[in-house]
Amino acid sequence: MTHQIELIINGEHYELMVKANKTLLELLREDLDLTGTKMGCGTGDCGACTVLLDNRPVNACLVLAVEARGKEIVTIEGLAQGETLHPLQQAFIDHGAVQCGFCTPGMILTAKALLDNNPNPTEPMIRRAIAGNICRCTGYTKIVKAIMAVASR
Amino acid sequence: MKGFTFHKPRSLKEALAMLKEADGKAKIMAGGTDLLGAMKDGIMQPERLINLQEIPDLANIRPDNDRLHLGALVSLHEITVHPSIQKRFGILAQAAQEVGSPQLRNMGTLGGNLCQRPRCWYYRGDFVCLKRGGDQCFAVTGQNKYHAVIEGGPCFIVHPSDTAPALLAMDASVRIAGPDGEKIAALEKFFMTPRDNVTRENILEPDQILTEIMVPLPREGSRGIYLKARERRCWDFALASVALLLNIDDGICQEIRLVLGGIAPIPFRASKAEEVLKGKPIEIELIDQACRMALSGARPLASNAYKLELTQALIKQALLTLSNK
Repeated sequence: MTHQIELIINGEHYELMVKANKTLLELLREDLDLTGTKMGCGTGDCGACTVLLDNRPVNACLVLAVEARGKEIVTIEGLAQGETLHPLQQAFIDHGAVQCGFCTPGMILTAKALLDNNPNPTEPMIRRAIAGNICRCTGYTKIVKAIMAVASR
Repeated sequence: MKGFTFHKPRSLKEALAMLKEADGKAKIMAGGTDLLGAMKDGIMQPERLINLQEIPDLANIRPDNDRLHLGALVSLHEITVHPSIQKRFGILAQAAQEVGSPQLRNMGTLGGNLCQRPRCWYYRGDFVCLKRGGDQCFAVTGQNKYHAVIEGGPCFIVHPSDTAPALLAMDASVRIAGPDGEKIAALEKFFMTPRDNVTRENILEPDQILTEIMVPLPREGSRGIYLKARERRCWDFALASVALLLNIDDGICQEIRLVLGGIAPIPFRASKAEEVLKGKPIEIELIDQACRMALSGARPLASNAYKLELTQALIKQALLTLSNK
């Protein structure tokens, strides 16, 4: 059974036909080639597939594409303005917060949601906010520093 | 995930009609964080999903004079940030904050948290256990570090919810809609032990929907706390958890409700511990006695006796904190 859905992804309006059992993650990666969003565990444990749904971080592997009807989605591809990186993206580079890079899109989107909501979080608040994103390179210190650098601006 | 049809009713009436028509082949979907995981694991393969997100009022938070009305679809995140829940119903806000991860709390709902399925690795794995229609509980002789120490058998799951012990400590009730109308049940009567029915964890029939959770305003001067022990600070389910509501007046324990999570197939009310303290002055000796009584009758399995000591320590911490000892 397919459903017609309309939604906004990275500011662009889409009208799509999706199967009921397709996840938002599969829609983004397989149908729209937005492969910046990563597929990790597929069960909501790792946070690699984090996207913003109506400005809040969610695991795209545990959201059905049909559930995103009428919603606004932001993926990592939606952050840069042309050639200019988002401040968080730039800070992650400047602080060496990217190692293998697999957790980075989810990590940056979670950080964006935090800073949009609270531009001056404390370090414990940052650590709590990114608790749902696993970095298996265990590079948390530099990730937290990168987010703090943007927060203090 | 296997194929299914997806339905988004606009009213409760429509949802109930769909459920009845589906005759057991449909599942209700709220936030989907537990359901989709179970479907990916192949534990459940419903032919239809009935998503409640577009039904008006189900995501409302409505305080009235003497109680708080929470729609079953209120997100766990909303509960953690709602000022009057934080202020008057702190145990619930604390418990909701301990669920899963920030991402899961954004999608996950209160109703879903109460109705989630157990995390037993045999049930979630490739084992046809009692709960899946087989003839044995593999935890009895298998790896049982995370299983029940009390009220277990014939199946030894633990109830995974953080919000359930908190809501029980506050004496919450639930509204259930079905083909014959609505009924209200005490949350205490909502959960079912494996002895009652090994295939499910609560009284909801396949044609019924949990629509609302009602929490009475704790009496003036009552204090509450939720403590959870786990191996990892994020995501993990409770090894043991304690929800405590305590009212002390003039040094005397006027009211106590102590509910334990992560140790039994249902959120476990530690009535024997409550009896030790109720009507008595809160003193260290009695607190210790209450801790010892809390799990009397427990029968740990080969690898989970540590839960007894852990739970007692949590209860003691909760009692000492709330009584300012």
